Amino acid sequence: MSSTSLFQIDNLACIRDDRVLFEHLNLSLAAGQMLLVEGSNGSGKTSLLRILTGLKLADEGEVLWQGKAIDQLAADYTEQVSYVGHHDGVKRELSCLENLRLVQAMGKPSGVELDEALDRVSLYRYGDTLVSNLSAGQKRRLALSRLMVTESLVWILDEPFTSLDKKSMAGFELMFEQHLAEQGIIVMTSHHDIGMVNADIQRLDLSQ
Amino acid sequence: MNRLSLSQAFIYLLRRDLTLAFRNRAEFANPLLFFIMVITLFPLAIGAVPELLARIAPGIIWVAALLAAMLSLESIFRSDFDDGSLDQLLMSAHPMPLLVLAKVCAHWLVTGFPLLIISPILAEMLGMPQQAQGVLFLTILIATPVLSLVGSIGVALTVGLPKGGMILSILVLPLYVPVLIFAASAIEAAAGGLDVSAQIYMLLAFLFLALSLSPVAAAAALKISMS
Repeated sequence: MSSTSLFQIDNLACIRDDRVLFEHLNLSLAAGQMLLVEGSNGSGKTSLLRILTGLKLADEGEVLWQGKAIDQLAADYTEQVSYVGHHDGVKRELSCLENLRLVQAMGKPSGVELDEALDRVSLYRYGDTLVSNLSAGQKRRLALSRLMVTESLVWILDEPFTSLDKKSMAGFELMFEQHLAEQGIIVMTSHHDIGMVNADIQRLDLSQ
Repeated sequence: MNRLSLSQAFIYLLRRDLTLAFRNRAEFANPLLFFIMVITLFPLAIGAVPELLARIAPGIIWVAALLAAMLSLESIFRSDFDDGSLDQLLMSAHPMPLLVLAKVCAHWLVTGFPLLIISPILAEMLGMPQQAQGVLFLTILIATPVLSLVGSIGVALTVGLPKGGMILSILVLPLYVPVLIFAASAIEAAAGGLDVSAQIYMLLAFLFLALSLSPVAAAAALKISMS
């Protein structure tokens, strides 16, 4: 364990319906590192990610943030985390801007203007469009634009590239690299090949 | 930029839920229509006997209000659970009980408040005595928030289950019975010209108990449901 490690997973286990998804999982992440979780379907990738967000309790072991267990830190930890899960977490009945305004209101706002955040995911012209009128890929881009409007160190992303085209994938990879360069941490799962050459990536394969 | 204060966050979420309700008008008009329909069907079914209708009016109105509330309960958390917004709320920088309270307030404004507005008309239609109508208004004002608050605990517990509706009714209905008893008995006492302060105080006690405890309980239940 290096002295700069922010994030530590200690002997973590997850059991679902009497099936052990993973156990004795140990690893640590330093600022500026990315953890890429790999594994076949049903190997517990999403469960691991949800444990790391603090939404789900681990069956054994604990997750430490700066040396303290995240379930004790509670909101002190979660306010530093942005999570984009399987579901986009955006409301269909609200417009793009209304969705982002809510995200900002519920978290710790970063200095980024909402219009600028939309512009960076090429949704600038869709600010007042209801999300129900967006395509799946556009919805995904809106969900990912959440990462910019709140100030969070840890990004936890479950298959962020689902339904994205190649061009926007490259754009987001650039954004992820920038976050890592600013000493952030990213934990993500992806079935797509990652083209992030400059990033310090740790790989974890859960299917073994 | 700073994080919003607690009251700002509360108002923000309340406004967001009201906006959502407004854009889903048809869905939210359902409980109100149900309430009106049940009450208008009673005179048709049992015959237009004014004395009888006036006597059973408190019971009819309160049972209908209770069932209308049950019908709408799931909407408090269901859509947020389905689209992943609930994850985001649980991870918010603000205390979850406060956010739950905002959602319950919005739910009451959308489903309970219309009952309050429409109930005097329905009471008049059933021929309820004048002196009882004021008390009916008061009981609906005090007790329908209790239904939303207590119901939110039940919904929070069952929202993660695929077919939670049935369990929700079984969980919540027994908790609604005391409200029904005191509310209906207050109206009946008022119709007989008796003092109703005891029942009203009891309902107020329910309200403050639910107001202080249920957001905490519902927030804890949501955490369990999500994990």
